Amino acid sequence: MNMDLIINFSYVVSAILFVFGLKMLSSPATARKGNMLSAVGMLLAIVVTLLYAGLDYKWIALGVAIGSVVGVVAAYRVQMTSMPEMVALFNGFGGLASLLLAWAEYHQTGELSTFIAVVTMLTVFIGGVTFSGSMIAFAKLAELISSKAVIFKGQHIVNGAILLGALAAAIAFVMAPASSYPVFIFMAVVALLFGITSVIPIGGADMPVVISLLNSYSGLAACAAGFVVNNNILIVAGALVGASGIILTKIMCKAMNRSLGNVLFSGFGSVIQAKGSGPQGEVRPATAEDVYYILEAADSVAFVPGYGLAVAQAQHVVQELGELLEQNGTEVVYAIHPVAGRMPGHMNVLLAEANVPYDQLVEMDEINPRMDSVDVCVVIGANDVVNPAALDDESSPIYGMPIIETHRAKTVIVLKRSMNPGFAGIQNALFFNDNTRMYFGDAKASIQALVAEFKSGN
Amino acid sequence: MEAIYLTFVFMLSIFLGFELISKVPSTLHTPLMSGSNAISGITLIGALESVKHGHESVAVILGVLAVALATVNVVGGYAVTDRMLAMFKKKA
Repeated sequence: MNMDLIINFSYVVSAILFVFGLKMLSSPATARKGNMLSAVGMLLAIVVTLLYAGLDYKWIALGVAIGSVVGVVAAYRVQMTSMPEMVALFNGFGGLASLLLAWAEYHQTGELSTFIAVVTMLTVFIGGVTFSGSMIAFAKLAELISSKAVIFKGQHIVNGAILLGALAAAIAFVMAPASSYPVFIFMAVVALLFGITSVIPIGGADMPVVISLLNSYSGLAACAAGFVVNNNILIVAGALVGASGIILTKIMCKAMNRSLGNVLFSGFGSVIQAKGSGPQGEVRPATAEDVYYILEAADSVAFVPGYGLAVAQAQHVVQELGELLEQNGTEVVYAIHPVAGRMPGHMNVLLAEANVPYDQLVEMDEINPRMDSVDVCVVIGANDVVNPAALDDESSPIYGMPIIETHRAKTVIVLKRSMNPGFAGIQNALFFNDNTRMYFGDAKASIQALVAEFKSGN
Repeated sequence: MEAIYLTFVFMLSIFLGFELISKVPSTLHTPLMSGSNAISGITLIGALESVKHGHESVAVILGVLAVALATVNVVGGYAVTDRMLAMFKKKA
């Protein structure tokens, strides 16, 4: 009894450490310490749990050893560009762990109270959906399968039928848990199936929303498992993660101007706009030398990077150019749209990796109000997130989406390979504006040319 | 009553989560996600308790699998988050 008290009191301390850890994530200056604090909380919870009587340590050691090796290797080998894949995989592992835990409990006890039976079904369902959904999201992100939206006829009917099946199974299970082992297995299978059929119709461009949502599910699965094993710390930590995922999902949806229902059920990205429509006009191309003179004379420059920057592996040369500009007395910032990159905040990590200091990373809502005073915006590998049609063209498919309003800057330089429209296939009026200069070519080579100009100019 | 009490804890934690997370700047959303991966590895605590002497071997195998998967989340999640956050430096 006394031991029980110590263990549970330690869980309270762990919960406090998790909360403070998350609180310290509110600034890049304290974030790393916050992560440490959170890890200490986890370590404490693990160590005190091992004090429970009757644990089979050799099996536990085996599980922990395998998990630690896989975790460490994955954490230190993953490329920053592949973070979305890793988070998707980890979401899936979390979901599966919760499912297996509920299964182990059920297998051992058999007879469950009505409440425990209900939360067991919930754990199995959420855990199963999280696991298979995450595996599909991972396969799409890693391009192991087509990242396009896979749509088939009667999709909603199939999904509806699966959900009804799950509900029926849950009711049958709760009525008589002890004699319902096959129903339990059926529920697990149905959940895995639903994870697949609900994620497969979602296109690659919407994956940031999906992994945020699955992130939330993995927390909720842990939470539900906490109800099964009657453990507060699982509930608290799981709920924190669940809330985090929901907030990120909301932010992503808002930044793409879509409702969650629209992302989940409509298969956007499968519809490509008719090309050749939209604004036309004359573009003003610029050479490296032209761009050099514009940048050289600027007092403030805002780089607006899109994922194309990372694809071209240009983040390091951009950072070099930024540094040269600063030496030249120019104020440099990087304005980052919430959906730049392949997951929330991805672009920031890629730039931080290239040694861009975090005080130069500014959010869309921070740069837009002072855009009129920016001398030069350099748009690299971004298109739709700077398309003014989102503000003024009601017929545009991206109308209403918040954008970085680069067209309001004094001069805009757009780096682009060619005049092909962007990901959503929408032509961009920004390219034809009077204050826009197009700087054609490969992003990395183009920036390198500017760096060379600066070095020879100084 | 146990159910009600746990639900209370759940509800308050969700609200606390919303308050905390809405203060995280979008600059740090990727580390937030990998960090919450690590926290969702909390299932490990439940999984450890399920690997007991005298349990049926199937239950033990399921428990060990859960331990291994949750450990990947905990160890990998915290490690990769630390690696990322170490890259965020202030202007020298």
